[in-house]
Amino acid sequence: MRLTLPRPGYAAVSRWFLAAALAGLLVADLHVTTLHPWADLARLLGGLIRPDILAVEGWSVVYTLAFAVLGVGLGAGAGLLLAIPFARARPVRLACAGLRAVHELFWALLLMQVFGLSAATGVLAIALPYAGICAKVYAEIIEEADLAAVRVLPAGTGAVSAFLYARLPEVAGRIRDYTLYRLECSLRSSLVLGFIGLPTMGFYLESAFRQGRYAEAGALLLVFYALIGTRRLWVRGWTVPVLLAGATLALPPAIGNAAIGASLVRFLGHDIVPAPLRGAALADPETWARLWSWLRPILTEQILPGTVQTLILAQIALAATALGALVLFPLTTRRFAGPLGRPLGRVLLVVVRSTPEYMLAYLCLQLLGPSMLPAIIALTLHNAGIIGYLMGRHADALPYRADAPTGLNLYAYETVPRLYGQFLAYLLYRWELILRESAIFGILGVTTLGFYVDAAISELRLDVAVVLIAATAVVTVAVDGLSRGLRRSLRIDALPTRLSGPAMHAAAPDPA
Amino acid sequence: MAVVLENASAAYGGRTVLSGIDLTVRAGERVALMGRSGAGKSTLIGLIQAQAPDRVALVPQAAALVRPLSVFHNVYMGRLDRHSTLHNLRCLVRPARADVAAVEAVLARVGLADKLWAKAGELSGGQQQRVSVARALYNGRPMLVGDEPVSALDRQQGARVLAEMARSHETLILALHDVTLALAHTDRIVVLKAGRIVLDAPAETLDPARLSPYYEAA
Repeated sequence: MRLTLPRPGYAAVSRWFLAAALAGLLVADLHVTTLHPWADLARLLGGLIRPDILAVEGWSVVYTLAFAVLGVGLGAGAGLLLAIPFARARPVRLACAGLRAVHELFWALLLMQVFGLSAATGVLAIALPYAGICAKVYAEIIEEADLAAVRVLPAGTGAVSAFLYARLPEVAGRIRDYTLYRLECSLRSSLVLGFIGLPTMGFYLESAFRQGRYAEAGALLLVFYALIGTRRLWVRGWTVPVLLAGATLALPPAIGNAAIGASLVRFLGHDIVPAPLRGAALADPETWARLWSWLRPILTEQILPGTVQTLILAQIALAATALGALVLFPLTTRRFAGPLGRPLGRVLLVVVRSTPEYMLAYLCLQLLGPSMLPAIIALTLHNAGIIGYLMGRHADALPYRADAPTGLNLYAYETVPRLYGQFLAYLLYRWELILRESAIFGILGVTTLGFYVDAAISELRLDVAVVLIAATAVVTVAVDGLSRGLRRSLRIDALPTRLSGPAMHAAAPDPA
Repeated sequence: MAVVLENASAAYGGRTVLSGIDLTVRAGERVALMGRSGAGKSTLIGLIQAQAPDRVALVPQAAALVRPLSVFHNVYMGRLDRHSTLHNLRCLVRPARADVAAVEAVLARVGLADKLWAKAGELSGGQQQRVSVARALYNGRPMLVGDEPVSALDRQQGARVLAEMARSHETLILALHDVTLALAHTDRIVVLKAGRIVLDAPAETLDPARLSPYYEAA
C-alpha cells in the first residue's frame, strides 16, 4: 500500500517533540514524596470556597498594583522608544534580546543586591525585561501595519506629521491592546515577586500556604482574580495618568540599604566581577589560567547539568501542554461545548491562565513534595489554559460546510487538522516562555538552572550567579532561534502568536 | 418525492433573500437551478439540504476541503457518519486497505486517482473542486445537491463530472451557470430572479436564447 504521510511537516515535528518528551520522562525525577496530597488539596479548595477576606493585607494589594503599573509604564515607554530604531539597529535588537531573556525573578535577585528589598527592585525587575519584550512586539506591530496611507501623503510631509497622521492611527489600537495584555502579565509578575521577599501579595500568599492558613490564601487569590478580571474597567484612557501618579505615591518605603550609589559601585566594580579577576593584573597569563580553573567547574558541575534538567523539564511541559490544550480547547467552543458549556469553559480557562505559574508550581510543590512533577503540572496547566483559550476562539471562527460531521469526527477530521498549523505556531512560540519558567523553577528546588543561581546568590557569590544567569539567557535565545527557524520552515511564521489583539484570523494556512 | 418546498422563504438579517418558493422535486429528476448571482440559488440549495440532510450528498460552493489533510482523507470524510468513530480515528493514522481502494476508485471517476496522497491545500482550484465532488460521490446518498459544482472546470471536464454524478445518484439538484451544460445534463430548469422562481420548465422545451434574458448580464 502506498502510504505517504498526509502532512509530513506538521506530523514529523509533532512526533519529534513527543519523542523527546518521552525520552525526558525516562530520566526525570517524578516521585511524589508527601503523604497526604489530596487532603491538602481539599483544604486549599475549602479556602477558596470559604475565603477570609478580612485577613487580606490591603497594602499588599496596593503594592502589587503599584509595581505592576509602574513596571509596565516604564517598560512599555522604553519599549516604544526602542521600537523605533529596532528594525535598523542590530545593537538595539541584541540588547532587547538580552533584557527579555532574563526572567523577572532573576532581575529581582540581582537588583536586590543593589537596591535591597525596595520599590526600585520591584519596579525595575518588571520594567527591564518588559522593555525588551515591548520593543520587539511594538516593532513587529509597526512593521505589519498597512503603509498604503503613508505612500499617498503629499511629498514634503514632515516625519512627525507623517507618523501622527498615517502611522500612529494604524498601530495605536494594537499597541494599546498589547500593553493592556502586558499589564495582566505584570500583575502576575508583581505577585510572584512577593515569593522572594518583596511586599506584594505573593509574600502573604507564601506565608499563608506555608502555615496552612488556607482561608487567607483563598481570599488573596480571589482578590487577585478580581483585579485581573476587572482590568478593562479600571484601565481606561483617562485613568492611566491617575494610575501612574497613584502608583508612584503608594510605593513602599525602602527596607534597609540607604547608600544606593555606593552599593551600585560595589556591585558592578567588585561583586559581579569573576573572583580571579578582582584586582588582578589582566596582562598576566596566570590570571587567565586562574579564571579558566574558576569557570570550568561552574560549566561542568552547574551550567551543564542545570541546562540539561531545564531542557528536559521544558520539553516534557511543552508536550503535556500540547496534549492539554487539545483536550481543553473544545470546552470553549460553540460546536463542542454548546451555548451553556462554553461560558463555563471560558471562565475555567481564564482562571487557569490568570494563575501565575510560579505560584502554581509552589502550590504543587507543597502538595506533592520536591520533584519535577509539580513544575510539569504547573507549566502544563497555565500554558494549556492559554493555548486552549486561543484555540477555542479560532475554532469558533472556522467556517464549516453545511454537511460537516459532528462530535469526535468533526474534531479529528475538520477542527484539529484545520487549526494544526496555528496550534503549532502557538506551541513553538510558547516553547521559549516555558523554558524561561523552567529555569526559574529551580528557585523552588527543581535542579534546573535557577537552582544553581539561587544557591550562588545565597552564598553571596554574585559573580557565579551572573555567569549562570547569562548562560540561562543564552539557552533561552538559542531555543527562541530554533523555534523561529522551525516556524519558518513549517511556513507558520506569519500566523498570530500574540495573546492580545483583535486580529484573529479564522484558521491556519486555510484562506479557502 | 425527493424535495417538497411550499411557500418557503428565507431572510438574512431582516433582508428577504427567498420568498414564495414552491418547488417539488421527484426522485429521479435532474434539476438545474439557474439565475444571476444574488438571485438566491445558494440559499435555496441550503433549504433543500436542510430538508433532508440524511438523503443528501452535498457539494458546497467553496470546495470546503480541509487543506492540511490528504485528498484521500478529504474524500473519506464523505462517509464519516457510516463508520464507527474508532474506525475513523484509526483511518487518520493508518487507513484500511478497503477504504483506500474505494476512495481511489471514486477519485478515478473524476480523473484524480494519482493525487490520492497529495495535500488538499496544494491542489489547483479545479482539482480541489473535483475532490469536493468526489467526496459527494463517495458519500453515495441518493440525492446529490451541488452549488456550482463544476464552476472551476472547463466545459469538457465539467461535462464528464456531471455525467459521473448522474451515473451514481438518483436525483440531482445543481446550481449551474453554464447554460449549455445545464441544457445537456439536466431535464428540468428552474430559474430564480430576486428570490422568486420565475421559470420552471423541462429542459427539452428550452434553448439558450430563451434563457438568456433571465440569466446573462443585461
